[in-house]
Amino acid sequence: MPTNVSEQFHAVGEDIHDTKAPSGPIERRWDERKFSTKLVNPANRRKLSVIVVGTGLAGASAAATLGEAGYQVKSFCYQDSPRRAHSIAAQGGINAAKNYRNDGDSIYRLFYDTVKGGDFRARESNVYRLAQVSVNIIDQCVAQGVPFAREYGGLLDNRSFGGVQVSRTFYARGQTGQQLLIGAYQALERQIAAGTVEMNTRHEMLELIMIDGKARGIIVRDMVSGEIETHTADAVVLATGGYGNVFFLSTNAMGCNVTATWRAHRKGAFFANPCYTQIHPTCIPVSGDYQSKLTLMSESLRNDGRIWVPKKAGDDRAPSDIPEDERDYYLERIYPAFGNLVPRDIASRAAKYQCDAGKGVGPGGLGVYLDFADAIARLGRHEVEAKYGNLFDMYAQITGENPYEQPMRIYPAVHYTMGGLWVDYDLQSNLEGLFVAGEANFSEHGANRLGASALMQGLADGYFVLPYTIANYLADGPYEKIDDSHPEVVAARTAVEERIEKFLSINGTRTVDSFHKELGQIMWDYCGMERTEEGLIKAISMIRDLKADFWANVKVTGVNEELNQTLERAGRVADFFELGELMCIDALNRRESCGGHFRAESQTEDGEALRHDDEFAYVSAWEFGDEQPTLRKEPLEYEYVEMKSRSYK
Amino acid sequence: MNITVRVWRQKNADDKGRMVTYGVENVSEHMSFLEMLDVLNEQLTLSGDDPIAFDHDCREGICGMCGVVINGIAHGPEVTTTCQLHMRSFEDGAVIDVEPWRAGAFPVVKDLVVDRSSFDRIIQAGGYISAPTGSAPDAHAVPVPKDDADHAFDAATCIGCGACVAACPNGSGMLFTAAKITHLGLLPQGQPERESRVIGMVEQHDHEGFGGCTNIGECTSACPKGIPLDTIAQLNRDLLGALAHGKA
Amino acid sequence: MAVSGLIMVGYLILHMYGNLRAFSGPDAFNEYAHHLRTFGEPMLPHEGLLWIVRVVLLGAVLLHAYAAITLWRRNKKAAGYVGGKRYQTKQNRTGIQRSYASFTMRWGGVTIALFIVFHILNLTTNDIHPGGASDTAYGKLHNSFEHFWVLLAYTVALIAVGFHLWHGFWSAFTTLGQNYSAKRRDSFWNSAAIVVAVVITAGFLAPPFAIYFFGLGG
Repeated sequence: MPTNVSEQFHAVGEDIHDTKAPSGPIERRWDERKFSTKLVNPANRRKLSVIVVGTGLAGASAAATLGEAGYQVKSFCYQDSPRRAHSIAAQGGINAAKNYRNDGDSIYRLFYDTVKGGDFRARESNVYRLAQVSVNIIDQCVAQGVPFAREYGGLLDNRSFGGVQVSRTFYARGQTGQQLLIGAYQALERQIAAGTVEMNTRHEMLELIMIDGKARGIIVRDMVSGEIETHTADAVVLATGGYGNVFFLSTNAMGCNVTATWRAHRKGAFFANPCYTQIHPTCIPVSGDYQSKLTLMSESLRNDGRIWVPKKAGDDRAPSDIPEDERDYYLERIYPAFGNLVPRDIASRAAKYQCDAGKGVGPGGLGVYLDFADAIARLGRHEVEAKYGNLFDMYAQITGENPYEQPMRIYPAVHYTMGGLWVDYDLQSNLEGLFVAGEANFSEHGANRLGASALMQGLADGYFVLPYTIANYLADGPYEKIDDSHPEVVAARTAVEERIEKFLSINGTRTVDSFHKELGQIMWDYCGMERTEEGLIKAISMIRDLKADFWANVKVTGVNEELNQTLERAGRVADFFELGELMCIDALNRRESCGGHFRAESQTEDGEALRHDDEFAYVSAWEFGDEQPTLRKEPLEYEYVEMKSRSYK
Repeated sequence: MNITVRVWRQKNADDKGRMVTYGVENVSEHMSFLEMLDVLNEQLTLSGDDPIAFDHDCREGICGMCGVVINGIAHGPEVTTTCQLHMRSFEDGAVIDVEPWRAGAFPVVKDLVVDRSSFDRIIQAGGYISAPTGSAPDAHAVPVPKDDADHAFDAATCIGCGACVAACPNGSGMLFTAAKITHLGLLPQGQPERESRVIGMVEQHDHEGFGGCTNIGECTSACPKGIPLDTIAQLNRDLLGALAHGKA
Repeated sequence: MAVSGLIMVGYLILHMYGNLRAFSGPDAFNEYAHHLRTFGEPMLPHEGLLWIVRVVLLGAVLLHAYAAITLWRRNKKAAGYVGGKRYQTKQNRTGIQRSYASFTMRWGGVTIALFIVFHILNLTTNDIHPGGASDTAYGKLHNSFEHFWVLLAYTVALIAVGFHLWHGFWSAFTTLGQNYSAKRRDSFWNSAAIVVAVVITAGFLAPPFAIYFFGLGG
């Protein structure tokens, strides 16, 4: 009888370790690693080729930088232009330890905040390096012409973000992600013009090619012609983003998917911490079953808005008809010290509890009020408009309601996934030659990502980390040339072609989206804001049944040799089923609450998340198996930051 | 509400294409326009028809991937992206015409999907500042007056959707090109390449088969990000300056 | 287009100034017409300046027309027509905000070109001479504008000129990189364009109307 109930679903293998990070003083580690890596003679670089999949912040910056260095780069994205990757939608800002505000910020403080914010489930070495290179990112972006907000003196403006005590967030109004991505995109286009990068838009990666234990190429589908193409290189970089769309409804773009990383996982790459998902409390609620995605509103709204629900369950009066003493400002009541400003996960979960108790408002009872009436009375409409005008306009545009006159309705939504492919200090996965950058890897955020840190990590990986570490690998190349007729290439191609044929031949009775929505609902109900042993076991069996039904009953129209958006989605959803199951298994194994993972069984008497550092201070890296996955633990050690539990009461 | 949509259907680039009429019932006014198309596509799929191909991705108005001409207006009756247009902007019983962007430089790929790679090639012709990774001085080395930074930002909010081209009676891509010229030209970092940038980008713009600008202003009215028409004057000013310096 | 157009606008202003001399009576007008021919003598030969102006103007007209035709052909191709139409819908055919002036640049231009041919045959060479030929400039003017159809043709053409200038003058300055207002309706150059269009249209229409309705100088 296994000691852990999750072990009926998986095996446990040997521990793994990151062998690349040097030991010694943490502030010297990155320098030492850079010094110990092999260099590639500039004249030899053009003989070395790299495939970069994805053109978000990490992918575009990596491809541009590698192109500048002189490597032959092939870049791929599923959109019609590399400028459209979903990094573009990030609103808030990007952190950097510049200490321009003279408010006591430092690399060490950014490091400390990030480790603590990640609930002690990230590697110290990686996080310290992230904080170190954060300062270079801002310099780089300014030189590229990113129009960050400035003060009247012409210097860069900063704001405080995500509850930290220092102002270290650089921003470009509410469109920081857009401006940073355009900067990286322009650098990439410059390299395309220079001939160092070959760009392939509307191409989707469907398989990884492994030869002699090394990642040597990918199989892609040209989404316009349907042609299945083989691309080989000396190394492969995946910068393909997160997998939040496993929930169907999320703040991710419609096309975001797990296929690239999942295919790599099936070929042997470890998938780490899949259960860590960040759920953002201030999104616009679902309005009907036709809903296709959720839209985030900046968390800054909680600075002045007050969150409440009616005290009585099922109260369907208009908010203005509910008198003050029949309202429950539940965050202010439960968390008097922090009130409406409690961290994302606490605010999200509290909203869920209110709605579960039947007090939710709006369509389906899935929403709580975010009320600015007091703020308008206190500050005047003019000032509220100056601070939040663009957010109010966005809300009005989507809902058709005027937030100056009636409270906004908000509900949590899946926003970011901390998990991803396991990588070492060099951002190399356990597969040689396969590197993973940005949200697609698992490394820097631990169990929870701080606000304005996603942009920082994507650009750190792409501009300043990967170009050094990948050189160490490429220095041993060029590797033996791969022919399209190589048996492994043929096998990978054939697998892709057979899978496509299978989708097209099922000709069942249900649409791809209907399966995706049902999967998303299972994930949201049982592997969302709150997870329980019973629920997760139930979810695993529901996902397996649904997956079987999908492969028997899905209807994919058209043919492969055309632009076929249904076929594209079918492939993505098929991979989401497998990922969803692994997420549930991972969540089931982790019998503690930490960051973006809350197990109902592991909470304090006050309902706070309760970590179990003695048992779970490790990274869960999952190895794929046809029968069942194998858990490989990477123990986490903290030399610099003392492990503490947080409290917001 | 119940509506009728007439949609441009075209199997591929070689097909002639035609308008096809569909009815969509029980449309909620809270649906986005693209969600209405999703619902229609679910119907089409279940009845064994080919669903309508249309580009879309972020569905929050920032990626620039979506965009169709609705009743003759790029992105439809509201000044926003197609994904942020909601059905409450239409009447019950409305007949809605949906067509792809039309421009010589944007050939139709399928149905409502067009090829906008010409925009990327305009950027390749100079729409950047050459700042190789690692070469940057400290971010505070060069102060930028707030006004310049703000104006550069306004121009930089272009999402590259192509509505300006679809709306322009001349099929000109001048607003897109001008937005980038203005964004980079207002910043001190953009000065060294200012003249070669405008020459290169305008040449590429013309080479791609975009039309000439006659300053009509439909582009800026259709632009979901409100890129102002004065960016085009700025482009012309830079272009004349560069030509005067013999940079062509 | 911008430079050649502005040359023609300059000419129109001088031309209008001359026309308004008609209000000072036949002698003043004839004197002005004569003076144009002797201007600059003896440095320039007889009608020297006039011919210089004529050559420059003809160059501007040809350049303007050539540029217009080239632009029209290029833009038609760029707009991506399908079977003679760009968009199949019958809704919003005139765009969102575009002015009638910008809409009529092409056909307005053609109308004006045809009128100029008639105008030269009528009042310069006097090959067309409704109401009888005359040797004096004022005589040509007076004889012609006593006829309603001449007045009508002249009026239609001048209104076309007015619209053409409203968009054209504004547009020319934008092309020359001078227009700095984010909203075209508020711009200085748009106001200037309206003033120029109205002044030129009214200035040219005043003498003929005066002749027809009040028998000016009759």
